[in-house]
Amino acid sequence: MKYIVLLKQTPDTAELPKITPEQALAGNEGVTKVMNPWDEYAVEEGIRLKERYGGETVAMSMGPEEVNEALKSALAMGCDRAVRLWDEAFEGSDVWGTALVLAKGIEKDGGADIVLTGKMSVDGNAGAVAHGVACKLGVSLLTQVAKIVEVTEETITVERLLDEGRETVVAPLPAVVSVVKEINEPRYPTFIRIRKASRAKIPVLSAADLGLSPEEVGASAAKVKWVNLEKPAPKKRQVVIIEGETPEEKAAKLLDYLMNVEKVI
Amino acid sequence: MNHYWFNEEHEMLRNVVRTFSEQEIRPKIRELDAREEFDREILQKMGEMGFLGVCIPARYGGAGMDYIALGIVSEMLEWGDTAFRETISVHVALNSLAILQWGTEEQKRRWLVPQARGEKIACYALTEPNAGSDVRGIQTRAVRQGDVYILNGEKMWITLADVADHFLVFAKTDPQAGHRGISAFLVERGAPGMKTGTIHGKLGARASNTGWIVFEDTPVPAENLLGQEGEGFKIAMSALDNGRYTVAAGATGVIRACLEESVAYAKQRTAFGQPIANFQLVQQKIALMQQRLDIATQLVYHAGWLKNQGIRNTRETSVAKWYATEAAFASANDAIQIHGAYGYSNEYNVERYLRNAKGAVIYEGTSEIHTLLQAQYALGYRKDKPLRRELPPYDPEEWTRED
Repeated sequence: MKYIVLLKQTPDTAELPKITPEQALAGNEGVTKVMNPWDEYAVEEGIRLKERYGGETVAMSMGPEEVNEALKSALAMGCDRAVRLWDEAFEGSDVWGTALVLAKGIEKDGGADIVLTGKMSVDGNAGAVAHGVACKLGVSLLTQVAKIVEVTEETITVERLLDEGRETVVAPLPAVVSVVKEINEPRYPTFIRIRKASRAKIPVLSAADLGLSPEEVGASAAKVKWVNLEKPAPKKRQVVIIEGETPEEKAAKLLDYLMNVEKVI
Repeated sequence: MNHYWFNEEHEMLRNVVRTFSEQEIRPKIRELDAREEFDREILQKMGEMGFLGVCIPARYGGAGMDYIALGIVSEMLEWGDTAFRETISVHVALNSLAILQWGTEEQKRRWLVPQARGEKIACYALTEPNAGSDVRGIQTRAVRQGDVYILNGEKMWITLADVADHFLVFAKTDPQAGHRGISAFLVERGAPGMKTGTIHGKLGARASNTGWIVFEDTPVPAENLLGQEGEGFKIAMSALDNGRYTVAAGATGVIRACLEESVAYAKQRTAFGQPIANFQLVQQKIALMQQRLDIATQLVYHAGWLKNQGIRNTRETSVAKWYATEAAFASANDAIQIHGAYGYSNEYNVERYLRNAKGAVIYEGTSEIHTLLQAQYALGYRKDKPLRRELPPYDPEEWTRED
């Protein structure tokens, strides 16, 4: 079995509020970046699948050199090797373009039985890369996966987390699986793995290596473009103290306030 | 953190230990501190990850990292709480590195390997009820009888006394010979006549285990003598060069925590219609914390670099420990002042930092001892003589060899 985990490097969630719309639009957030938290669950599941069924787990990401940090974190957690896909032509790719590059990367690496990724990234929030990759590869797509029940030579059985409960589904392999945080608890890297991962040389595949022409990827090929980005208006907060002689009087005044002044009930 | 002491491995390690402290220590620490409870679950996780053998060569069960990594682990653990840095100080720096430096190959296999793997917990038993700074005044006796030494005496203020499996114990084999009459022994829990207990009611480091040990006619096999008979004082002092390094690095973590939390609080707390961060007297305290953090960082990691090179660093480690622990105490005091009345309560961390920081200006050489040491070096009254066995310099190939 071979598992490829797709991951992204995103701003540290603690630093997300510091980013201005201008910085985000320019793609230069200027804050500490870490592995997308959702992808950590995918990496953990990729390692667990290897531990359960044997095989190889590969971490893959599209991005410039700084992305090596996230890939090395995946190696430190237990992935066997990492591959980075990057070319200036990839700059400005939308979800569809990113999915194309990743799908080509997977094919170039010899394909995978199971491709894993987090349900979304904490910066773009599109949550559509898994769909795009499955579409480009022409394989099964399983989203919102909270448990991998069983993997056989030909099929994968998973539990999907729905609003109203869980459903168990079976799909033929190969498959692209996007996971939710209920699936596992990501492990800490061991110090020995940190030492080895920090020294790892991560191969980079360019557009030419992947057989992609510049017109197919990057900003020019993007079907969706950001034309505006706004932060939500800061929430207004005020404190109102309801006065009254007795609890009953206070409750009556509160009810009146909520119904007639704020009109929230 | 861009800094010339640190490489990519160090940066990854710093991030992982910080995350560990944030997720495993900080959420529990207020309760552990209040209950004076040492958390074995955290210790277990530390062992599995490799904390307990961070700078021990891979062939002895360690992670094969360098002495700078030992500093980073100490700093970022104490950023979480002093308790778990103290574990590293006694288990790795004072005990395991002493075995690496002075032990025979057989002793390394028997004692160091399980310690580095986190299977056995180790500590260092030097201080006694009547002998702290005055090491040559220890009264524990070891008398050779055939193939064993018989130990009698009492040890006090021993970190992990009630937790450890392995003890590095100092005792007098020749009471007439002053410091040349001290020898070092490796003792295992369960030895006949050996008892341990926990001391409660400490001001700080309350989530750490501190206790006493009593030996009553405890037989210790002669093969457990570390180094040569009479070499105990040198072993104790060389171990302190490593222990003090981790105390200094840990104190740097306290300063870092004080600075981060003071900055966050000063920006969010308003008084007189504006954030208190705008007031110059608050800014002065923050500026001093930044200055102390920068100085402590330089002193600590310079000492770590000297260890990597195999250069004797007794003086440099002493000055780092002296400065960083005093600076941590001063920073915690300033941090409380910035937090005002909230800082005085355990709703915030800073009161714990002050209580924790006080211990480190006392143990592993009081500030007064370090003051005198520095004066003696400067005046030329003190010079370090080469040791029979020096701490081995960090050799990446040697340390990562796994056979």
